[in-house]
Amino acid sequence: MRRQILFAAACAMGASIWFGPAHAGKSDDTLNWATDREVAVVDPYYNNTRELVVMGHLGWDALLFRDLDTGDYKPLLATSWTWVDNLTMDLDLREGVVFHDGSSFGAEDVVYTINHVSSPDSGVLTPKNVSWMKSAEALGPHKVRIHLANPFPAAFAYLSNAVFIVPEGHYDSAPAAADGKKDYGAVRAVGTGPYRFVEVKAGEYVLWERNDTYMQGSPKGQPSIGNIRFRTIKEMNTQIAEMLTGGLDWMWDVPKDQAERLEETGQVTVENAKTMRVSYLAFDVDGDSGQTFFTDKRIRAAVAHAIDRESITRNLVGPASVVIHSACHPDQFGCTQDVPRWDYDPEKAKALLAEAGHPDGFQFDIYAYRQREYTEAVIGDLRKVGIEAKLTYLQYRALRDLVWEGQTPINHMTWGSSSIPDVSAITSHFFSGGRDDPAKDPEVVAWVAEGDSSTNPADREAAYKKALERISGELYWLPMFTYAKYYVYANDLDFQTTSDEIPRFYAAKWK
Amino acid sequence: MFTYLLRRLGVAVLVALTVSLITFSMIYLSGDPAVALAGEAATEEDIESIRTYYGYDRPILVQYGDWLFKALQGDFGQSHYLKQPVALVIFERLPTTMMLGLCALVFALVLSIPLGVLAAIRPNSLIDRTALTIAVIGQAMPSFWFALTLMLWFGIVWRLLPITGSDSWANFVMPSIALGYYITPAAMRLTRAGMLEVLSADYIRTARAKGLRSVTVLFKHALRNAILPVISLAAVQFGFMLGGSIVIETIFAINGLGFLAWESIQRADLPMMQAIVLVLSVFYILLTLLADMLNAWLDPRIRVA
Repeated sequence: MRRQILFAAACAMGASIWFGPAHAGKSDDTLNWATDREVAVVDPYYNNTRELVVMGHLGWDALLFRDLDTGDYKPLLATSWTWVDNLTMDLDLREGVVFHDGSSFGAEDVVYTINHVSSPDSGVLTPKNVSWMKSAEALGPHKVRIHLANPFPAAFAYLSNAVFIVPEGHYDSAPAAADGKKDYGAVRAVGTGPYRFVEVKAGEYVLWERNDTYMQGSPKGQPSIGNIRFRTIKEMNTQIAEMLTGGLDWMWDVPKDQAERLEETGQVTVENAKTMRVSYLAFDVDGDSGQTFFTDKRIRAAVAHAIDRESITRNLVGPASVVIHSACHPDQFGCTQDVPRWDYDPEKAKALLAEAGHPDGFQFDIYAYRQREYTEAVIGDLRKVGIEAKLTYLQYRALRDLVWEGQTPINHMTWGSSSIPDVSAITSHFFSGGRDDPAKDPEVVAWVAEGDSSTNPADREAAYKKALERISGELYWLPMFTYAKYYVYANDLDFQTTSDEIPRFYAAKWK
Repeated sequence: MFTYLLRRLGVAVLVALTVSLITFSMIYLSGDPAVALAGEAATEEDIESIRTYYGYDRPILVQYGDWLFKALQGDFGQSHYLKQPVALVIFERLPTTMMLGLCALVFALVLSIPLGVLAAIRPNSLIDRTALTIAVIGQAMPSFWFALTLMLWFGIVWRLLPITGSDSWANFVMPSIALGYYITPAAMRLTRAGMLEVLSADYIRTARAKGLRSVTVLFKHALRNAILPVISLAAVQFGFMLGGSIVIETIFAINGLGFLAWESIQRADLPMMQAIVLVLSVFYILLTLLADMLNAWLDPRIRVA
């Protein structure tokens, strides 16, 4: 009898092992995607990770929708909008929209959301996304007026990407944290989006289910897949293992070599797509770091001519990456590549070094924080013309301090612009005379300010062009290339990559 | 014995305090936590407001004193990232890590003690050499590499075990082997050395002379004495495994304390990091203390010294 019980137990254990691994995907109508980040707060205002940017578009709707193919803004929660003046915008709202909690959407919800998030006490984690708005008022049940704090021509970009509408009174039930401050991020997520929040287990998953009552006529379309589950899996190799065994349907940021090997298996679909992130070298043009080589424009030009950016994009980043020549992403409004260019020419680099009094090159410190292999490729190219760069590789938070203190002769950095398709999200950030500005060129600062404050698109483009020409011409930055990501997803998933690093899972379907 | 205990407790408290102070300072050396919290796109004003909001603008010693004062009252504060009380999150995730540590320890002992005994019975034989090889491999293999190898064969190729998670006991098999294998060599060598010493003792010769069966001599008389140092080692290694679970939990996506520690370091979640380091160091100190007490109880010369 005892032997039989032991045998039965062993069989049960064996069976539980055999059937243990969870299988996801089409069979249970659940799209499993993973990144290496833990998500605990499910609110795009109180969690500023990329994961919540993605989930923001799943669970909530913005007032406007940006068509990535045309760059045009289309109606989402707002049906039409007009500038009353530089500081005032009127919007008509869509009728018949319902929040996930069953309440109806209207002007008071927009007013509540904007007044809450734009308040300095709201504790919103990325104030820049909302601080351009001063307040909102209802002009009718489905009409609102937004008052801006300052002229802000990029308002549409933010209204379509960063301002999500919650129901009136949503944050009123926020519990008080131990320090007495309201914990707004603890309020259960409620929006009008194509997916409804189900539950979160910090460190493990966030589950969303299809909103079957999602508004008709939305440019997002009707959601198709039943459930979308985000999973936290820190280790890339583990993500790949789950992908190959059916535990995941979608992943990204896969290193090039691993992506290529996965593609060879034929078990998954691999795609390289562009992103809004750019890579650049910033020079210490004032010599604050104590290494004064880069105060000489000829030395900066020598560095620029020495680096084979085409080779880096082709061999390291991926086919969707392109070399850039100006301090912005080519897809952003106001960005032009019609600026002075510094093509790969090592002989010219050597000649410039000799002309500047360094025929045998020199040694300096280069700082970086991301994709070490890209910086090492830069160092290799510089070595070929006699320049020895010593790499200091740091965490972002440590490096940013050093950059602000002017201690980096060259820093190799990246910028994602928070996926905002407007040069104000990058050029204005780095060349408005602040601590991030390596040159503080008064003319550049003035041109950027002009572009930032005009609501006439042509005037903006003209002002930014002057600034971008000067930045590239004087080599305050050497713009390097756009980043590209490798996406890996299940063969039975119909998924379209996008250039703004915001995967639209609401538009995905099973084949 | 009581004086010895008090002395060791005093040292333990000092070690815990020192560890927490060093951790606090190290966090600041790795960069401005306000920058990490604010995210890449933050402006100078955003970062400044976060610095003020969380009190990072105060002198480090004041911050540490404030944290210590509250910690002594059981208040570890609020996680800046998870927005939950630190103590609650730790107590939610601690059982997973304890379970992993315990399973790894059981695996290590189940493997190392029989191997150690076999090696001692036949010193310099093929069995002894094989056991030594297993020990050397265990010490030489990086745990992350071993973990990925297990995952490749048992998870991907044979599909026998789940790759990630902590939902069932099956989830703990590969992580326990990967974590436990690392301490197997030390336990095996200690068992072998202890057995060799005991087997040459007079009382074992007497037992054999009395005509007792070999199994009885080995397991009832020899192993019982030889294994005592292994138990002390196991107590200390259990503490080590709680800390060492950072790598294994990260690889197998186990939502325990080790994974939480790694995440907290990456996002500069100061209150969480401080509390985790304190909890793990207190565990380690208590287990070391337990081992010391056990040794002192077994060997009176230690407590006299």
